[in-house]
Amino acid sequence: MFRSPVRRRILLRSTAGLGRALQALMLVLAFSVACHAEDGGVASRGSLEAKLEYCKTCHGLSGQGYRGYFPMPRLAGQQPQYLENQLRAFIERRRTNPIMANVAHVLSPSMVSALAAHFKSLDPKPIGGAPRGSLAVGKRIYEEGIPEANVPACSACHGTDGRGQNEIPRLAGQLYDYTVGQLGGWAKVRGQGSAVDTSAIMAPTAHNLSRSQVEAVAAYVGYLQ
Amino acid sequence: MTVTPFQICGGRKHGARQRGIMKGIGWKLVVLAIAGSIAPALAWDGGDSRVRNCTWCHGTGGQGYTVAPRLAGQRSQYIESQIRSFREHTRDNPFSKQYMWGAVAALAPQDARDLAAYFASIPAKPADDGDRGLAARGRTIYLEGIPEANVASCYACHGPNAEGVRDIPRLGGLAYVYLKTRLEQWGQGYHSGVGTPMPIVARSLGPAEVEALASYLSFVR
Repeated sequence: MFRSPVRRRILLRSTAGLGRALQALMLVLAFSVACHAEDGGVASRGSLEAKLEYCKTCHGLSGQGYRGYFPMPRLAGQQPQYLENQLRAFIERRRTNPIMANVAHVLSPSMVSALAAHFKSLDPKPIGGAPRGSLAVGKRIYEEGIPEANVPACSACHGTDGRGQNEIPRLAGQLYDYTVGQLGGWAKVRGQGSAVDTSAIMAPTAHNLSRSQVEAVAAYVGYLQ
Repeated sequence: MTVTPFQICGGRKHGARQRGIMKGIGWKLVVLAIAGSIAPALAWDGGDSRVRNCTWCHGTGGQGYTVAPRLAGQRSQYIESQIRSFREHTRDNPFSKQYMWGAVAALAPQDARDLAAYFASIPAKPADDGDRGLAARGRTIYLEGIPEANVASCYACHGPNAEGVRDIPRLGGLAYVYLKTRLEQWGQGYHSGVGTPMPIVARSLGPAEVEALASYLSFVR
């Protein structure tokens, strides 16, 4: 087949070269596949850690919440289903919040699950700072409601310990300013453009609470651990 | 003096614009030094010597002068917290160390509170000295952050008009060089207060983002 030894050597050398080139190509392919898997699959460790740090910039280094210009809610110990539902609500504009709409917009579903699971596992002390003057009133509203004003007991859904369940959020340890703000402007922010939004159930409840009752109940849950 | 004014600018040169700024600072510092030597004869800011001690560097009416930031219109709680951090040596960037540690050493807490309230009450004038071409980009970063790059929105803490709240500082209208330097210093390992998220925030910003933000903020009134 090979007429001259010289040609044969040249051919052999070039096949060896080709082999090395193929090896290199396979390595490159392997790496690119690996990187691709990282982008599309379950949130990789590095990107999850970077994203968690980003969340905690505003929501506190232990997820305990932070008082910026706006109160940034506590995420620590929050129900994962609630967090996932709210992140979707920001994107679908069921919940009005321009900052969080941008934040949520770039999160993949697997990243959302990983973030929610992480925050569920945190348990820092409440940030505190709520007025203590009407804690007893707040406790009574929380545990018994206000029957004459058609306000049900908060504990019926959020639990006596205020830890929530499934899509019903944890309130224990939540920032006072945040809870006051949410209950004070419920219908303007939540349940937008969709009658099926689970948060719609809170609209009449929040509506029937006076400002001082909102403050009392927000202070009470703010100190629950 | 081991630290030159040029070091606080990050030591990097970003073309002619930055060199122009540096030249400007050098020139102004010379004027400041001359003014400082003859200034005791003049009384710029009324009779209160405590106020005058601040305005030698922080400018007439506390409107800021070169590297000394504007105090006028700043949040009083922020001014107080920074005076505390100078006294406790927690704010440790070169100029703080060189000037402010000594400047506040003998300041009683009540004086600090009075000075903070005084400067907070003066209407602030914007520095207007950033790059207008970068302001739109800066505004977008300020309001929205860059979520895909994990850059947080500044607006969430500093407010819609960069006015600050409580001990979170007003940023609107501060000088370009001051804003840029501060953002760079967070990343260079200098400290300020305790429990601030700024080191994490600043870590995510590149030089282009810092320049855009500092430019935008210098125009905010």
